[in-house]
Amino acid sequence: MDGKMKQDKMWVTMGPQHPFSHGLWTLRVEVDGEIITDAEPEVGYLHRGWEKECEQRDYQKIIPMADRLCYSASMTWSHLFCKVAEEALDIEVPERAQYLRVVADEICRLQSHLMWLAAVGTDVGNLTIFLWALREREFMLDLNVRLCGQRLTTNYPRIGGVRNDMPYYFERDCLRGIERFEKALWDILQLTDESSIFVGRMKGLGYITRKDVANLGITGPAMRGCGVDYDVRRDDPYDAYGELDFEVPVLKEGDAYSRYMIRIEEMFQSCKIIKQAMKKLESIPKTAPYRLKVPKCIPEGTHVAKMEDPRGESLMYLISDGTDQPYRLKVRSPVFVNVSASKHMVKGVRIADIPAIMAMIDMCLGETDR
Amino acid sequence: MGLTEWIVNRADDVIISMSPYDVLNLPYDIGVKVWESLGGLIAWLINLIVPGNWLSEALISNEVTNGVAMIVMVLVIFIIGFLTNLTMIWEERKVLGRMMDRRGTKICLLGWGQCLGDGLKTFMKENVTPKAIDNKIYWWGVSLIIGTSVLIACMVPLSPRWFIVNYEAGLLLIFAFFALAPFLILCAGWSQNNKYALMGGFRAAELMISYEIPMLLLFAACVLMTGSYNIGDIIAYQQENIWLVVPQIIGFFVCIVCAIAESERIPFDLAEAEAELVEGWQTEYAGMKWGLIMLGDYFRGFVACALVVIMYLGGWSLPFVNQFDWYWMYFPEIVMTLKICLVFFVFIWARGALPRVRTDQILNIGWKVLMPLAMLNLVITILLKVGGVF
Repeated sequence: MDGKMKQDKMWVTMGPQHPFSHGLWTLRVEVDGEIITDAEPEVGYLHRGWEKECEQRDYQKIIPMADRLCYSASMTWSHLFCKVAEEALDIEVPERAQYLRVVADEICRLQSHLMWLAAVGTDVGNLTIFLWALREREFMLDLNVRLCGQRLTTNYPRIGGVRNDMPYYFERDCLRGIERFEKALWDILQLTDESSIFVGRMKGLGYITRKDVANLGITGPAMRGCGVDYDVRRDDPYDAYGELDFEVPVLKEGDAYSRYMIRIEEMFQSCKIIKQAMKKLESIPKTAPYRLKVPKCIPEGTHVAKMEDPRGESLMYLISDGTDQPYRLKVRSPVFVNVSASKHMVKGVRIADIPAIMAMIDMCLGETDR
Repeated sequence: MGLTEWIVNRADDVIISMSPYDVLNLPYDIGVKVWESLGGLIAWLINLIVPGNWLSEALISNEVTNGVAMIVMVLVIFIIGFLTNLTMIWEERKVLGRMMDRRGTKICLLGWGQCLGDGLKTFMKENVTPKAIDNKIYWWGVSLIIGTSVLIACMVPLSPRWFIVNYEAGLLLIFAFFALAPFLILCAGWSQNNKYALMGGFRAAELMISYEIPMLLLFAACVLMTGSYNIGDIIAYQQENIWLVVPQIIGFFVCIVCAIAESERIPFDLAEAEAELVEGWQTEYAGMKWGLIMLGDYFRGFVACALVVIMYLGGWSLPFVNQFDWYWMYFPEIVMTLKICLVFFVFIWARGALPRVRTDQILNIGWKVLMPLAMLNLVITILLKVGGVF
């Protein structure tokens, strides 16, 4: 020892059971006082062997399993699976089913983003945001119940269509709910955007650059927050998205606040999409088919399908061997990729910023660990 | 000889010549009355069995009555403070519930009983003590944090007749004990051998240097205006002249911010920020230790509100009814408690509306906003005083 007091850095293991982590994962951070010098995410605590389990099941039995990939984006995941199966069968879904899927997808996106907003509330220490966002989410879940009969794991899409048509008065309920929600979202924004403390907790923190986005494969709001103008719904439209008019919000800053703003704007855009889709659904006769009859077995081959999940670009890769069960079903989870950027995001910030920055990834461990 | 007669015969002896108070002190009076009847009954019973013994005479002597009355007084003040505290917790639950668009607790007496249930629950919890701790500081730290919190809560007078000690530098003493806690939190955080607790402890120290100085500047302005450290005198001045909230409106707002920081509530609860530091410096305090820390926090909240009320809102006085005897007969304690609850409402409001600030942000707020404003408040006070306005 040279007689001088040496101040060492220390590793703090935040997780797997830590209030900020929203699920079982660990963020190990090296701190110098309160400043973070290094970080390392560790996932895998929730691995269930999902992909392997799918190899033992019929195609239609995988739909409810795909729901369980992420509790708050269940609709998009089961939709994605149906999409990859339809790709393999090379069939076109009836128009009515396409619009119904769009409506269900966007309701799912709304409730997923609201769940995220609620989590942001607890992460920055304001329970009012949490409860208000969950209150609004409850309306979205009610719409889910009306349309699909379930709150979270909807089990709604089918290979070749959807399970059921709209129930009576769903159109009225949905439009009312969306209109009400648009007003209520402004109320919540009073607590967040209007609060300089809240903005101060987000702005100028957790930067990632376009280069990071390209190198790490980040997608979703985090990517659009860095100025990359890409959205699967618009640039590679699936189902009825090509016929709908909506904007893709893009910001250039690349900090946590821009990711936040993107998600908020996406909620407004989702409302717009639902309204348009509802209008289109009116013009399609109620007697039109909403589901096709499809064969049980999928011909041999490899197929891929991608979709805009609330958290980023989700992708499924299917290898079929001609039987009624997949040979291999690979899932590309957006969060699993995005969380690898946490090292870049948190370097140099304070330990108090970790919840605010990590909340912007919108962690969902079900799909990350599979 | 009957009981009443026996007591009346000795009524002259029970004039408290040793009372430490030169004015009426209600809790002390309650203590005297309690011992007059209870001790009198015991003494009479002993006297019945063995007439004319020394014990029954001693039981109702001045010294014993004085001693017992002191104990009863402290108990009465603590219990009333404790009940006020529980009411404030209840107030927070209900008001916060309404702000968050829910009902809040509804258990027993509109939800008031929930606090007792929570107390029982934390009491039943396993009292876990980690192994590799600094044992002495671990226990002394938490005991002193809770102890000083309860102490300052009992030092707040609720009216000219409701106090433990009418000390000349009463307000200064409260400030001194209030400022002790961050140091103890730092010690307690360090002793736990836990990284989160350590960081929480340091944050408490960081927090302290940002709010303590503006708070003392406000205190200086208040003392300058009223010319006394004594809480009773400060309130008497406001009663005669004007509530200090009018000339020192800047100081009032700064004081509320500092008071929230001082009681370590959201948005300034950095030391126990649960999102990043699990439970901050309280992480390794389990079971009833944590329950008592929580209770101590609310005691500190009570005192912080009481400081705002004493320094700016005229304490137990109320304009227009001050001159009536009936007001001073029944109301001052109630008015003071209600004012404290009213200020606490602002605390709850802040908690409902604001997210938690960051360590560097609180330093910025403390040194770049609160400090200049407190200085400005002091300058205005000096100008008013020199100009002879008040």
